[in-house]
Amino acid sequence: MTLALEATGLIAGYGEADILHDVSIKVERGEMVAVIGPNGAGKSTLLKAIFGLLPARAGEVRLGSEDITNHTPDRIVAAGMSYVPQIENVFPSLSINENLEMGAFIRRDGLADRLEHVYEMFPDLTERRRHAAGKLSGGQRQMLALARALMLDPTMLLLDEPSAGLSPKMVHTIFEKILEINEAGTAVLLVEQNAREALSFSRRGYVLVAGENRLEGDAKGLIENEEVGRLYLGES
Amino acid sequence: MTILPAQLTSTLSDVAARYRRKSDAVSTAILWTLITLLFGWAAIFETDLLIAGLIVGSVLALGAIGLTLIYSILGFANFAHGDTMMLGAYVAFFLLTGIVVGEKPNIDLDVGWGLNRFPGATAELADLSFGWGLLVAIALSGIVMAVFSIGLDRVVYRPLRKRGSGIVIFAMAALGVAFSIRALMLIIWGPDPRRYVQGIHLAHHYPFGVVLKTDQIFIFLVALGLAAVMYFVLFHSKLGKAMRAMADNPDLALVSGINTDRIVMWTWAIGGGLMATAGALLAIQALLKPGLGFELILPLFAATILGGIGKPQGAFIGALVVGVTQESSIVFVSAGYKPAVAFVILIFILLLRPRGLFGTTSS
Repeated sequence: MTLALEATGLIAGYGEADILHDVSIKVERGEMVAVIGPNGAGKSTLLKAIFGLLPARAGEVRLGSEDITNHTPDRIVAAGMSYVPQIENVFPSLSINENLEMGAFIRRDGLADRLEHVYEMFPDLTERRRHAAGKLSGGQRQMLALARALMLDPTMLLLDEPSAGLSPKMVHTIFEKILEINEAGTAVLLVEQNAREALSFSRRGYVLVAGENRLEGDAKGLIENEEVGRLYLGES
Repeated sequence: MTILPAQLTSTLSDVAARYRRKSDAVSTAILWTLITLLFGWAAIFETDLLIAGLIVGSVLALGAIGLTLIYSILGFANFAHGDTMMLGAYVAFFLLTGIVVGEKPNIDLDVGWGLNRFPGATAELADLSFGWGLLVAIALSGIVMAVFSIGLDRVVYRPLRKRGSGIVIFAMAALGVAFSIRALMLIIWGPDPRRYVQGIHLAHHYPFGVVLKTDQIFIFLVALGLAAVMYFVLFHSKLGKAMRAMADNPDLALVSGINTDRIVMWTWAIGGGLMATAGALLAIQALLKPGLGFELILPLFAATILGGIGKPQGAFIGALVVGVTQESSIVFVSAGYKPAVAFVILIFILLLRPRGLFGTTSS
């Protein structure tokens, strides 16, 4: 099976302190993978290190066959990977249409076609094209953030807590949309507090604790795993 | 059913937002009413001053648009803006005449070249006081100052960004740049006032007691044209949209694949070009003096804050309001108080509505 993304032995952190001590993760082509773990386990840091926002002090990140370790985000985007941050993931004063255009900033042609395609995937956004993104509700913002990340038709999508701050109903809607994106062929690596929901939509999962791999495997297996259940799924 | 923390906080922020919107609407209404009254009064009783104010305001607008762009994209108040405007005016002067100060302060040194030497460069265009030499000099000065601004960023501001310096450090650095530029102008061109064109040019009389030189109409049209070009760039070009995106959220701009270093470079290039043009346009109807740049700082900041800092369209309107208020203030107080008028506007805005006319609540 060809790999969409492979990170091996990542060590990274802020300033002098390491947050990731030795993390390895694989995502197969077209696969959806969840990373769960307690607060401060380094889940968001992992995505930032993969995306070149934090320097990896050791380890390697490969996108497909290309080594992208410590590349700048604009080169990583060009290589086919997009990233949706957890918060502040839209441009509030820009219209929805402009937000999407910014997602396709490095695209040289075919912008109109791609815009139409993305609007078809997110019909709610279509009627509000000219509205400022800052006026959208939390759920719509999250949809716009996903849509922006899809403007380059990436092979790999990184999502940082897509369900953060949303109502339970909206959480489900967002995950269904992510699954739809994944089924259309984009591999997804998502990091989540909402472990049960994330695992139930994913094929495989990783459990990160204190900046190290703790467990990994089949998502169903992880949901049934006793330790995972006790620690992260709120079961006694 | 228990209330989830997320829902609770969103309910609270809804209530707060509704309250803010209400007080917002009141202060906006007060501000717009005052502006309408001012313009209405000036239009009826002091048409001449209204026109003069609009002309000064349109030039201020070019400076204020650059100031607001630099603030929103680079995140600091560029206190060197006024002095850089003057430097742009002096560069145009030098390109035109080739004159610098000599060994003795009152004897000029002619370096031996300048656009004025081209045949016909000084021949007055239509009813204007200057020839095509000055137009070319201003355009070239715009390019020179764009390059100068990019260079300045590389030497002064980029190292500070890399170091993650705070807003106060940036403000101090800008102040240092302002002093350096003023000293540079004094060294190169001396303390005495300069002018682009010698001689006396008469003004024409228009209806409603308006007295205007054709130069002033030219200044107004060029400033308005450039503001329109800026509007088009910011709202309809890819570069401009990326600049606004970066002002909104630089981190998201970076992860969207926007080359933010290049956007910063373009911001300085555009800001520098606008500064040079604005400075030269001001100098056409006034004099060139090294100290004039500092006097511009107050009206520039008043205009920027009145319009809502970070909003180019706001800076434009704000500059027109500041221009008209300053010019029409001479009905009540001596013309020497014009800078104080800008100061009063600034304090008034900060008290009534610090976010300005077009400012939004930061979320």
